[in-house]
Amino acid sequence: MCLAIPGRVVETFTHEGMHMARVQFGGVTREACLDYVPETQVGEYVLVHVGFAISRVDEEEAQRTYQALAELDQLAELEAPVVEEGSGA
Amino acid sequence: MKYLDEYRDGDIAAKLVERIRRVQTKPWVIMEVCGGQTHSIVKNGIDHLLPKGVELVHGPGCPVCVTPLEMIDKAHAIARRPDVIFCSFGDMLRVPGSDGDLFTIRSQGGDVRIVYSPIDCLKIARANPDRQVVFFAIGFETTAPANAMLAWQAREMGLKNISLLVSHVLVPPAMEAILSSPENRVQAFLGPGHVCAVVGYREYEPLAARFHVPIVVTGFEPLDILEGILMVVEQLEEGRAEVENQYSRVLARGGNRPAQDLIGKVFEISDRKWRGVGTIAQSGFRLRDEFREFDAEHRFRVAAIDVSEPEICIAGQILQGIKKPHDCAAFGTLCTPQHPLGATMVSAEGACAAYYAYGRHLKESDLVSIGEPS
Ligand code: SF4
Repeated sequence: MCLAIPGRVVETFTHEGMHMARVQFGGVTREACLDYVPETQVGEYVLVHVGFAISRVDEEEAQRTYQALAELDQLAELEAPVVEEGSGA
Repeated sequence: MKYLDEYRDGDIAAKLVERIRRVQTKPWVIMEVCGGQTHSIVKNGIDHLLPKGVELVHGPGCPVCVTPLEMIDKAHAIARRPDVIFCSFGDMLRVPGSDGDLFTIRSQGGDVRIVYSPIDCLKIARANPDRQVVFFAIGFETTAPANAMLAWQAREMGLKNISLLVSHVLVPPAMEAILSSPENRVQAFLGPGHVCAVVGYREYEPLAARFHVPIVVTGFEPLDILEGILMVVEQLEEGRAEVENQYSRVLARGGNRPAQDLIGKVFEISDRKWRGVGTIAQSGFRLRDEFREFDAEHRFRVAAIDVSEPEICIAGQILQGIKKPHDCAAFGTLCTPQHPLGATMVSAEGACAAYYAYGRHLKESDLVSIGEPS
């Protein structure tokens, strides 16, 4: 669980004072916090670990890493349930 | 078992293996620290491709595996409380405590939830103001920025119903403990790439110098690992002991500064117990005093719990590179991923689970030999 998953930033926004993004991983899009890589722009690739971008990577590296993680069955964390604001579920 | 030509870049892999073969003249024992690397090595049969003199042993780099049994039992005691919503990363749910796992507690009515990110707990806490939300904050350096942000935001937002059960561990002190052991066999390390994305690899330099061990920070793809092994074997053969970066396309020597800054504001270094290994001085994080009100151990006053591991389990020695899963009498018989006795059988990144997943519990006669390339 120490592996980070690369994805493409498709949108950025601010929530509760945190710099957030929607990040696309293959067919799945999830939110991630960009506070640790604040200079990231829409369209760029980041390595995301448990909802936090920890490093920027180029597209080629992102694709290679994503492929390798898929082969290792290490993408399961992306399937964790989405917690909606207010639903508490 | 994998053939070289099954690799996506089979010819590059073959060339790397050939170069390792040419460089290596003496036997060497190399430990890969990261559980993701262990998984990749076993899945791709990298250890079987190497010349006989290059042995890979598997390190302690699986946070799920090294979370001590006492901490699992504390988590379970808290998760059983009717006023608690207990949140965790998915792979902690199957880890056996002294009495069942978190799935058992959920089936008995406990409110146990899998979250994708620690900060999901903020939303859950706001939506359930009359209940206590507890997050099981485990992990290595890679996960610390996320867990630190949960505590930080909870305080910023003035949330009174959130707390963290912290069991955070650090890689370099574990490497130091392994090297200091009289039973140590490890002569060089492949360092953990994604851990270093956060903290950099500067802090490995004193370790390499003090114990005269090469450390090559490496990615987890098969070609990364083969290249890391080549760099390590070159250093060993030349008598060098340096920190090198195989993963330079991702890593900077200093790591991620903003992440390190927030970690430093929320956590401080403390002694930590490692499952199967014991207490290692200054080997983890605890919440700083300013964040004490968010410490679940403090909030719920879970008493020290007396625990005992199954006697047969040798996970502690496996995590230190002294033994391999095959050396355990229970491996693949009494202990399987469906009925794990020890933590290294639970997580896919644990050595026992990786060996089992890729058929290494089968007898030699059940396996197809790939033979030695001539
Ligand atoms: S096979 Fe099971 S019992 Fe044996 S060392 Fe591994 S986890 Fe422990």
